[in-house]
Amino acid sequence: MRDVRVIARLDIKSPNLIKGIQLEGLRKLGDPQPFVESYYAQGIDEICYMDIVASLYDRNSLEDLLRKTAENIFVPLTVGGGIRTVENAATLLQSGADKVAINTAAVRNPDLIRQISERFGSQCMVLSIEAKSTTAGKWTAFTDNGREHTNRDVIEWVQEAVELGVGEILLTSVDQEGTQKGFDLELCRAVTNVVEVPVILSGGLGSLDDAKVAVSQGRADAIAVAHALHYNKFSVAQLKNSVKEAQSESAA
Amino acid sequence: MNLTLIDYGTGNLFSVRRALEVCGANIRVIHHPNEAKNSDRLVVPGVGAFGSCITELHRLHFNDAIKEHIATDRPFLGICVGMQMLMTTSYEFGQHSGLNLIPGTVQEIPNRTDSGEVRKRPHIGWTSLSEGQPWSNTILSQTTKDDRFYFVHSFSVVPDNPAHILALTDYDGHEIVAAVKKDNIFGTQFHPEKSGPAGLAILKQFLSL
Repeated sequence: MRDVRVIARLDIKSPNLIKGIQLEGLRKLGDPQPFVESYYAQGIDEICYMDIVASLYDRNSLEDLLRKTAENIFVPLTVGGGIRTVENAATLLQSGADKVAINTAAVRNPDLIRQISERFGSQCMVLSIEAKSTTAGKWTAFTDNGREHTNRDVIEWVQEAVELGVGEILLTSVDQEGTQKGFDLELCRAVTNVVEVPVILSGGLGSLDDAKVAVSQGRADAIAVAHALHYNKFSVAQLKNSVKEAQSESAA
Repeated sequence: MNLTLIDYGTGNLFSVRRALEVCGANIRVIHHPNEAKNSDRLVVPGVGAFGSCITELHRLHFNDAIKEHIATDRPFLGICVGMQMLMTTSYEFGQHSGLNLIPGTVQEIPNRTDSGEVRKRPHIGWTSLSEGQPWSNTILSQTTKDDRFYFVHSFSVVPDNPAHILALTDYDGHEIVAAVKKDNIFGTQFHPEKSGPAGLAILKQFLSL
């Protein structure tokens, strides 16, 4: 059987956990530490920190946050935002991260994917994609929280990136992010159709049924959840039960 | 209890070190093989590619230190690539010789299921274990069949002797060796330091062997 993971996604504007709508219009939720401690106690599968400002000035506090988290939280930690070089990745991995998620720098210099996966292994190298729907069945990759257009077609880009050594894809729908109107299942299916690495679907979960269809219809290997966890709308157990139900239904 | 963790330059020691610390170990992280002498416990972590890990291990002469430790009958634990390096041969990106402490090979997980569906790689996820050899008096003596552990890998070990298989797991219809045991040598394919309380329980058990 396949195991579909439930990942808590925490967008960080140092030093605070924030929550945006369509990656804009930020609301401040405070110190991320109590949030991740609660998710760990509830049995979360992974934690993902995304530094949404990623200014050089704030890098030290991101490393501090990672170290503090890795002190007492023994599940995989992914960190993304502002990683531009192999050295940036090395610093974050030494601070307790298990994987790095890269968007902008990979778009600008795809060879960075190869360099990071060769040095640390492809299991470390997560490609972060911010996808916006353009015409029917087409998506364009964006950067900078959905503000900057890259001219890259998402489906072509994921294939190129996997060739270069990406071990996992964090797929965020900019259209759905923060809306609680459900994941972009068509986007997820289009990506899982063309790559053979795990895909984490992010952006839009509003109901437990959304978690189920992410697995049964989107064929996601993991779901990333922010709003519904941060606002206590659902517990980790409820989300995990939903993906489990979808898995056993699809196996039956 | 003094535990020695070998740092041969590959990846993230932070979590392994911290997890063992929480379990009560008095840890030394070593960068030179001479420092491995007289350890009660020896742990070799490992992430990334087999070839680069084993090359570094040899370059820093840790191979003999590991063999000397194992000859003293004190417990040894290899994690992920740290376990794979115990085998005879790996077929990851070419062919590489391992430490040959447990006869067997390291093989790629098949990328298709029996029915021809895609089996994704790397295998990333949490699964439960089933018994190979009996778990009593091993690192798994406190583990239950409901506990789940975090795996992240594309290659897995195949011991020549089934008696060296301590635990198995299922990934999309493919049987994976999740843990090995030969005398005082233990290895896990999954990451106990990333598997929550169930993983910490295994590390605690390793310390109390």
